[in-house]
Amino acid sequence: MAGRLPRWLVAITVAVYAFLHAPLLVLVVFSFNDSKFSAAWEGFTFQWYARLLERDDILDSLWVSLEVGLISTVVSTLLGTLLALGLARHRFRGRAAMESLLYVPIVTPEIVCGISLLIFFMFLKNVLHIPVVLGVPTIIIAHVAFNISFVTVVVRSRLEGMDRNLEEAAMILGADEFTAFWRVTVPQLWPGILSGALLAFTMSFDDYVITSLVTGPGSSTLPIVVYGMVRKNIEPSINAISTIILVVTALLIYASDRLSKPTALKP
Amino acid sequence: MAEPVVEFNNVSKTFAGQKAVRAISFRIEKGEFFSILGPSGCGKTTTLRLLAGFEVPDEDGGEVRIEGQVVNNRRPYERRLAMVFQNYALFPHLSVERNVAFGLEQRGVPRAQMVERVRAALDMVRLDPAQYGPRPPAALSGGQRQRVALARALVLEPSILLLDEPLGALDLKLRKEMQLELKSLNRRLGITFVYVTHDQEEALTMSDRIAVMDNARVAQLGAPAEIYERPRTAFVARFIGESNFVIGEVVATERGGVVVKRADGNLVAARGGEGRAMGETVQLAVRPERVELTGPDQAPGGQNMLPARIRQVVYRGEMLHVRATLGDGSEMVAAMRNEGQLRRPVVWQEGTECAVTFSPDDTRVLEPEPA
Amino acid sequence: MMELRRAWLRWLSRHPSLRAWSVMFPGAWWLLVFFMVPLGFMFAYSFMERNVYGGVEAGFTIEHYARFADPLYMKILVRTVVYALGCTVASLLMGYPVAYAISRSGPWKNLLVFLVILPFWTSFLVRTFAMIFLMRDTGLINTTLMGMGLITEPIEMLGTPAAVMAGLVYGFLPFMVLPIYSSLEKLDPSLLEAAEVLGAKPAARFFRVVLPLSMPGVVAGSLLVFIPALGSFLTSDLLGGAKEIMIGNLVQNQFTSARNWPFGSAASFVVMGVVLLAVFAYLRSRDDDALAGA
Repeated sequence: MAGRLPRWLVAITVAVYAFLHAPLLVLVVFSFNDSKFSAAWEGFTFQWYARLLERDDILDSLWVSLEVGLISTVVSTLLGTLLALGLARHRFRGRAAMESLLYVPIVTPEIVCGISLLIFFMFLKNVLHIPVVLGVPTIIIAHVAFNISFVTVVVRSRLEGMDRNLEEAAMILGADEFTAFWRVTVPQLWPGILSGALLAFTMSFDDYVITSLVTGPGSSTLPIVVYGMVRKNIEPSINAISTIILVVTALLIYASDRLSKPTALKP
Repeated sequence: MAEPVVEFNNVSKTFAGQKAVRAISFRIEKGEFFSILGPSGCGKTTTLRLLAGFEVPDEDGGEVRIEGQVVNNRRPYERRLAMVFQNYALFPHLSVERNVAFGLEQRGVPRAQMVERVRAALDMVRLDPAQYGPRPPAALSGGQRQRVALARALVLEPSILLLDEPLGALDLKLRKEMQLELKSLNRRLGITFVYVTHDQEEALTMSDRIAVMDNARVAQLGAPAEIYERPRTAFVARFIGESNFVIGEVVATERGGVVVKRADGNLVAARGGEGRAMGETVQLAVRPERVELTGPDQAPGGQNMLPARIRQVVYRGEMLHVRATLGDGSEMVAAMRNEGQLRRPVVWQEGTECAVTFSPDDTRVLEPEPA
Repeated sequence: MMELRRAWLRWLSRHPSLRAWSVMFPGAWWLLVFFMVPLGFMFAYSFMERNVYGGVEAGFTIEHYARFADPLYMKILVRTVVYALGCTVASLLMGYPVAYAISRSGPWKNLLVFLVILPFWTSFLVRTFAMIFLMRDTGLINTTLMGMGLITEPIEMLGTPAAVMAGLVYGFLPFMVLPIYSSLEKLDPSLLEAAEVLGAKPAARFFRVVLPLSMPGVVAGSLLVFIPALGSFLTSDLLGGAKEIMIGNLVQNQFTSARNWPFGSAASFVVMGVVLLAVFAYLRSRDDDALAGA
């Protein structure tokens, strides 16, 4: 098959793949370059990785990112899965409204989402005098708000591929709705739920724009610290931290890719 | 007469303004093999789902009774039924044994007894428990999955078994085999079978009684022979087997029948048609295998006789279908056993003048279809 | 306990809408309170008077929307739309051949698809930094060219429209490839054989059969690229600098340094307006397709 493609087409394809991947490869390679300022290769070193360990702000922000990521993932996965169940399994009034509500966060630019939440929190604080402190809790609220829809879309597509009769079969065999859900729906849906959760975690862990708007002093996530480093344009430590982030996300994607394969293929 | 096991009284179900089932009523007796037959979209699956409890009748939509009790508001798991689904609906994450054991677990059957009953159920559907029990459903063939689905239903020793086109996905040979097997399970275990199918031959072969559904209603309910021999409406006459139709005006009513005058002036006598008035236009049906062809002037007395011309002879192996054109251009088909007529081609040549004859006893007056 | 649970389920089964909303309630509530309500506030703010200390004063005015008539802001708006469209067209020109190649790559298919998916799971910030690392004055491109003696002074790439465009395409190209690929994947190969039997040359087979049938993918991909490009913030912020700001940067600016919340809100709704137009255009084209297909 591959041999039948015209040469120019193959050339374009190779070029586009290079465009997509070469910059990251370069970034990774130069995280081991023993030169502070130059992008010329001057020998192999681990010093930029060692330098990371000396920076408390990076380690602290890593913990904040993990805390935010885990909590917002658990909450958005739970809420998103329930939404998917309602949408895929029930006839109800108000479906069109619910569908629209679901897609608004997907098409809204991050900057708009972040700013509107900032306005909202400031309103609660300054006008209603509710003691809202910008920080980890507000970041979590924001991350859940933009993640729910994505989780719902992922879980729902899995639910729609699932045989409805399975739940009915469980019910005719004597299981009520709750039992059927736990014994039949959840085991089938598990890979979808996990890949939705991984997506949510990756997006939360990666988010800069929204987080930077709803955070307060003392609660910086990793992307906020990295953004600062990129801005200041300093030393190859950024390459090192970027490489670590790349490796971690690559592992997560790999896991998710494995999980999203249909289970029926297993012997 | 014993109390019916299942009873539908004027049951209606509406989906988004569309009537899926319109005020249907029927009773199913204990141990009966009862089929619900009809084309897709006729409401047969909704009827079964109403019985299973997956659908609830409309607010004022009559009542569904199981063993005398109104079950309208009982959930499926409160009805103690068993069901075999069209695509089997085996739980892909559970082994064959665990699939069969699922219902027993829900009913809290003790472990030792459960193992025994699962094995017996697999034996009953002729699957070796030791060999197939631990496998996942995905590792089985279509026919084997079908058997597991059956075992999963039968292990509960239900008094009523619902089957939703269970043989649809099997190939022809396996289907014939399973038809006989299902019928014998029904006889042996004394379980009432409620069987939904769109395959008229399957329904005729297996059922004690058939409810033919059309357009959300029961068009006719009766034993297979009754439905085939005395179809009530044109839909039934056409859906079950093939039929020739004759249209005409009632010119005489006599005991148990009418005489009808066709537009071309020929008279046709038929059975049924009680209460039809003189001058009313009616439709008659006669099965192709009850139609004979004779020479134009050799028609025996006491038979309906219409002059015709042979248009086409369709060779069907053991049968021959001869299509003949009547005077007004309409057509009738006569089906006959292939006894070597074609070796004497002269008689059966296309274009030959002939007469179609059929007995008034084989000719039925049809009722008009409800709107 | 069990009785209560069953009674509850029986009751719910007679009220299908309530049953659905009982599971959807928490998620719907969260989306409503923490997404729709804030957008509502923002919409209201966009019509209020500015408060110089940040925030708003009561009142009603459309002056913040009117400000987009000012050439300064009009220029930013136009630039944003042009960049987003440019990015969409460039992604289409690069993405279509790739999607086509993947769909005919036989055993390599899964790997090639995975390699397209990979970048969009990768940290956007890190990817943007990778572009900086290549393009800055001391970056790999300049260093290499100077090392080879081709140039003596570094070429200034950051802060130029080209850098922003490159960053946008780099960021959103995968969104174009995947939908096109999936529509090409659904294409029945016997249609091409039928076209060939009917005498169509390769070019005609492509333009008369393949391209029209992959249009749904092209349209979906264009939307998926256009929307985030339109609202992009990081790319223009890091690669464009002060000269190449897009509307996302303008919005952020009003809330951080300029302290003009109503104007920032109005700018946000201008972006949202363009996004919604694109979505409606997409839905219309999809419905037309559905009608044409019926």
